[in-house]
Amino acid sequence: MARKVTTRRKLVMTAIAWVLGLMIFFPILWTFLTSFKTEADAIASPPQFLFFHWTLENYHEVQSRSDYFKHFSNSVIISFGSTLIGLIIAIPSAWAMAFAPTKKTKDVLMWMLSTKMMPPVGALIPIYLLFQSFGLLDSRIGLVMVLTLINLPIIVWMLYTYFKEIPGEILEAARMDGASLMKEIAYVLTPMAVPGIASTLLLNIILAWNEAFWTLNLTASKAAPLTTFIASYSSPEGLFYAKLSAASTMAIAPILILGWFSQKQLVRGLTFGAVK
Amino acid sequence: MGSISLQKVSKVFGEAKVIPSIDLDINNGEFVVFVGPSGCGKSTLLRLIAGLEDVSGGKVVIDGKDATDAAPSERGLAMVFQSYALYPHMSVRNNIAFPLKMAGMPKEEIDKKVSDAARVLNLTDYLERNPRQLSGGQRQRVAIGRAIVRQPSAFLFDEPLSNLDAALRVNMRLEISELHQQLKTTMIYVTHDQVEAMTMADKIVVLNRGNIEQVGSPLELYRSPRNLFVAGFIGSPKMNLISGDYAKSLNAATVGIRPEHVSLSTESGDWRGTVTVAEHLGSDTFLHVNVDGVGPVTVRAGGEFGVKHGDTVFITPDKSRMHRFDDKGLAIPAAA
Repeated sequence: MARKVTTRRKLVMTAIAWVLGLMIFFPILWTFLTSFKTEADAIASPPQFLFFHWTLENYHEVQSRSDYFKHFSNSVIISFGSTLIGLIIAIPSAWAMAFAPTKKTKDVLMWMLSTKMMPPVGALIPIYLLFQSFGLLDSRIGLVMVLTLINLPIIVWMLYTYFKEIPGEILEAARMDGASLMKEIAYVLTPMAVPGIASTLLLNIILAWNEAFWTLNLTASKAAPLTTFIASYSSPEGLFYAKLSAASTMAIAPILILGWFSQKQLVRGLTFGAVK
Repeated sequence: MGSISLQKVSKVFGEAKVIPSIDLDINNGEFVVFVGPSGCGKSTLLRLIAGLEDVSGGKVVIDGKDATDAAPSERGLAMVFQSYALYPHMSVRNNIAFPLKMAGMPKEEIDKKVSDAARVLNLTDYLERNPRQLSGGQRQRVAIGRAIVRQPSAFLFDEPLSNLDAALRVNMRLEISELHQQLKTTMIYVTHDQVEAMTMADKIVVLNRGNIEQVGSPLELYRSPRNLFVAGFIGSPKMNLISGDYAKSLNAATVGIRPEHVSLSTESGDWRGTVTVAEHLGSDTFLHVNVDGVGPVTVRAGGEFGVKHGDTVFITPDKSRMHRFDDKGLAIPAAA
C-alpha cells in the first residue's frame, strides 16, 4: 500500500514540477516565437502560437538599426571583467574570513550583504555625480567598477561558504611545509576550491550580464551592453513587440547557452555549497 | 639537530587557560610522547611548538634559537596530522614533493628525494595516484613521506593513528618506531592512547588540564607514578585504586595495586572476593572481582584460569609493588 501512495505522490509532484517549469519558461518561449512574427502577428488577438508567417525580418531589422556585436562585446567585457576583478579581491577576503575569523567576521559578512538590501536607486545620484566628475560616464571601465562593487558581496559570501568546507588542517599542513601565505592560497586553497570558484564565476557573469539598472543609467551608446540594446526597442514612438523580442532573444541567447553548458556547476553555485 | 625547549609556555583562548605554564626540555633524537585524556592540552602544546598557534606567554626555543615568533615554515619542523591533511588535488608524488618545491629545490633533486622517500615507505607503485585512491594506511604513509623528505630537525605527530583500524594501527606503530630508529630524528608524538605512549616513547609526558603531571621513561612511569592521575592513566588495565579503611591501615589515603601484581588462588589468600566478570583473552584473563571490605578490583590471571561469574577467588596483593598516595593524591615514597 505504502508503495502505491509513493508512486501517486511522485506523479503529482512531477506534474506540479512540470507545470511550474513551463510557467517559468513560457515567457522566454513566447519571446522567442514572437521574434519570428511580423509586427501585426505579434499583437494579433487571439495570439497565434505556432501557425503564423515565420520570418527573419526582425533580426535583419534589428541588426541594421543597431550594432549587435558592439553591444555584445561590451556585455562580455563588462560581465567578465567585473567578475574577474571581483574574484581577485574576494578570494583573499573570503580566505581571511573563513580561516582566520575574528569576533567581528560575522558582522562584516552581514554588513556586506546589507548593501544588497538597499535599493540601488538610493545610490544613483552620488554615483552618477562621481562618474560625471571622473569622466567615467558611458565608459566600460566605469561599468566594470560599478558592477564589481555591486556583486562583490555575493562573490565574497559564496566563496566564504565554499572555503568553510575546506579542512583547515590542509592549509596548516601547507604552512608547515614552508608555503608562504600567497603560495598557500595559490597552490593549495585555490585549486581545492576550483568547483566553488567556477560556480561563483558563472553565477556572477550571469548576474552582471543581466544587470540593467546601472548599465541603463550610466551608459549612452559607447559602452552600452545588451541590456541597453534591448531597452532601446521599447521606445517612446511605440512598442515594436516583434523587434523587441528579436533583440531580447539575441541578448539572452549567449548567456543561456553558457548557462546550459555549465548547468552542473551552476546548480552547485545556487545551492551555495550545500551539496557536496 | 633537533632539541626543543619550552620555557614557561602558556596558552589562553579567550577566558580559558588551556595551558597555565609549562617547562619542558626535549633532547635531540628523542622520541617524546605527549599523552593525556582529551582536552588536556596535548594537541595545543604540539601546535604551539609547530607555530600553528601563538603562545600567550613564555618562549619556544628550537636548537638553541628563540623561535617564539617564527612562522611555522621557518621552524624547520614537519608535522603529520590526524586527518593526514594530504593535498587532494595533487598526486602522491606532488604531495611528497610539495615542501621541497616550496623550498625552491631543483627538480632533479626533488625527484631523487621523492623516490627515496617512496622506497622507504613502500609507496613507489602509488606515486601517480591521487590521495583519494589510497587506503587509510597508505595515506598515512604519504603524510609521513611528505614530512621526511625535507629532513626536518623534528617531526610532530598529532594523533596520527587514531583514524586507522586496530590492526593497521599496530602496524603503523611499528613502522613509525622503525623510522625513528633509522632517522634518529627528534619526534614528538601526541596521543590519548597510553598503549601507544608506552610502546613507542623514549620519554612520556603525561598531561592533564594543561599541566605536566609527570615526565619519564615508560617504565619509570609504570614503576613509580608520581600521583594518582599518572597511576590511573598509565597501564592497562588500569591500576586498582583503593581508598577507605584498607588504605588507612597502610597509612595512606589511597593505595594502588596493578592488576598484574597480585597472586590468585581459589583456596586461600589475603582478600576474598566474588568474580563479577571474567574476560578471557586467551593469553590473559582479566577478572573483575568484588572483594569483601575493599571493593571492586581488577586482576590479571593466567590465560586459562578457569573461573566464571559468581565464583569465589582469593587475591594476595604483592605488598612490595603497592603504591601509596596521600590525601592530595601524591605518591608517598616507600617507607624506609
